[in-house]
Amino acid sequence: MAACGANADVRRPVRGIDVVIIGAGHNGLAMSHCLAALGIDHVVLERGEVANAWRRERWDSLHLLTPNWLSRLPGYRYNGDDPDGYMSREEVVAFIASYARASLAPVLTGTTVTRLQTEGTGYRVSTDRGDWCCRAVVIASGAFNQPVVPRLAADLPAGIAQLTPFSYRNPSQIEDGGVLVVGASATGLQLADELQRAGRAVTLAVGEHVRIPRVYRGRDIQWWMHAAGLLDQRHDALPNGPDDLARARAVASPQLVGSRERPIVDLNVLGAEGVRIVGRLAGVRDGKALFSGSLRNVCALADLKMHRLLTTLDDWAAACGYADGLTPGERFEATHIAFSPATSLNLEREGIRTVIWATGFRPDYGWLAIPVLDRKGGIRHHGGVVDAPGLYVMGLPFLRRRKSSFIHGAEDDARELAAHLVGHLQAQSRRYRERMAL
Amino acid sequence: MNTLIATASADNGVNVEALLGARQALSEAPEAAQFKWRASCEWIRGTRARTHIDSFFGLGEEQRRKQVHHVETDHPEIFAAEDHGATPVEIVLSGLAGCLTAGIAAVAQNRNIQLHSVKATLEAGMDLQGILGIDGDVRNGFDGVKVTYAIDANASREEIEALVAQSQKRSAVFDIITNPTDVSVVVA
Ligand SMILES: Cc1cc2nc3c(=O)[nH]c(=O)nc-3n(C[C@H](O)[C@H](O)[C@H](O)COP(=O)(O)OP(=O)(O)OC[C@H]3O[C@@H](n4cnc5c(N)ncnc54)[C@H](O)[C@@H]3O)c2cc1C
Repeated sequence: MAACGANADVRRPVRGIDVVIIGAGHNGLAMSHCLAALGIDHVVLERGEVANAWRRERWDSLHLLTPNWLSRLPGYRYNGDDPDGYMSREEVVAFIASYARASLAPVLTGTTVTRLQTEGTGYRVSTDRGDWCCRAVVIASGAFNQPVVPRLAADLPAGIAQLTPFSYRNPSQIEDGGVLVVGASATGLQLADELQRAGRAVTLAVGEHVRIPRVYRGRDIQWWMHAAGLLDQRHDALPNGPDDLARARAVASPQLVGSRERPIVDLNVLGAEGVRIVGRLAGVRDGKALFSGSLRNVCALADLKMHRLLTTLDDWAAACGYADGLTPGERFEATHIAFSPATSLNLEREGIRTVIWATGFRPDYGWLAIPVLDRKGGIRHHGGVVDAPGLYVMGLPFLRRRKSSFIHGAEDDARELAAHLVGHLQAQSRRYRERMAL
Repeated sequence: MNTLIATASADNGVNVEALLGARQALSEAPEAAQFKWRASCEWIRGTRARTHIDSFFGLGEEQRRKQVHHVETDHPEIFAAEDHGATPVEIVLSGLAGCLTAGIAAVAQNRNIQLHSVKATLEAGMDLQGILGIDGDVRNGFDGVKVTYAIDANASREEIEALVAQSQKRSAVFDIITNPTDVSVVVA
């Protein structure tokens, strides 16, 4: 019973279905699995292939920051022989593709959604291969569709190559000499490390960041966060309500590398490798990159927050008697800052020929023709329930829980949102029947 | 972690409710958050000048204060001047100190930390070869600013460090000094 209106364009094939899921990443597939379990008729539209982002939008050496044992989806979990390892990009593709097969997900690949609009009491989803009319839509098109590049990129001298984490694959792409990596969250930290080891002279511009150790008291930090329940914190249960939530949603990825040796890679390690650490890139003038003088403070903030987190974890371990099996609590050295970090570098004189923007990602809603965006272009929603009946979104940072944007975060969100969606369909059918009965 | 003890309230003379109210109101009406700060300055003689600070624009309209403020700037005698006022660079330091200190009070209030005393000492290095045009590679401005806080408060050392860090994170003058700003100087 699709909500197709009378104004259907006869030139395009139009199909009706209860639910359309946009995107066949792990979130769309998790939702598909949950809807199938509830007997809801649906289709998953995917512009590329299953796990497209991991196939096309990641650099070669990327491994998950989350250990294998944590990689789980509704009705599916990692069952390989290395639970403490971190999947490579290819392994993530295989993991998600085999999930799609195992759950018999009704995926239409090679189908790009070009427009989503309301129609009657439901929605019309237009694609490059015909339209769908449906009663509910789940937006699972990803939270990280486009690299964010700051406006000052336009001020860089013409001869400088600019790359993003989408166009960067490996060090062989990068000219010899100097590289400026802008941003020191997980991406920037990893690329700076990789390029410095490959013999480039890396300068890393560091703004606010999240410092956490890979391993703490002998356990992976993700084990701690998971076991202590920090990742399960809910969007509607934070101490300072919406303020805390807005902040938590904007938090950058932590400075972690997923590697079997579980090394701690932080600014001190990069500094020792020879990476030049400078402040946030604040401007480009006359061929000079200008860096903020706030470097000491952003590092002090990150050190303080890390130690506050470790104290929370120690308290939790002590309270639940875990402390016995663990090595004693450690505190890490403060981030070292050079006596006088550079606030300005002449790019040409320093031989910097490449700039890599590791300045975050954003979703792309260019096809969304329903007024549900806030003034910064984000979707207005409450725990994934969008401000339009029957419209849902998944996979955004802290959508429902702190873990929502991670692979292992999809399960709880998909189950709860699928239940909400079914409630919506039932209520709509009830109203429809009541109207017919009158 | 919210114990009953934490409800005993600190009073640093900061009206946090009013600030939080303003924050809420301005997040809903971003136009009202557009402020213009102003100063007007008149040369007196030599390196001496007097700046008047009166109106500003904010909350969608012209704002006037109860009194006009004046700041006199001059240079010390070793610059062959008469030292009628602080040098402009020292006024910059006082701007930074005033901003960070106000921020510490506000953050402390918000975190329910009672301050007993807050003292800052500031020092900024400058190589005069820059402004005197002796060496073109030397910048005119500070080569660094060091701010040292001595704070007595009902809080642990870590909490005090967090106060100072948060105050920098939210400080306008800290941002103005640490980041480039587009400045246009024109002749009317
Ligand atoms: C660099 C990086 C590293 C990460 N590392 C980890 C990690 O270590 N551990 C972890 O748990 N998470 C990690 N994540 C977070 C998260 O798991 C991934 O971003 C994951 O890809 C999100 O899954 P998703 O299903 O929400 O979106 P995506 O994987 O982006 O899937 C969305 C799908 O929608 C499709 N699509 C988009 N627009 C359209 C359209 N208009 N029409 C049709 N189809 C469309 C895309 O092609 C894509 O296949 C990382 C993210 C990034 C960016």
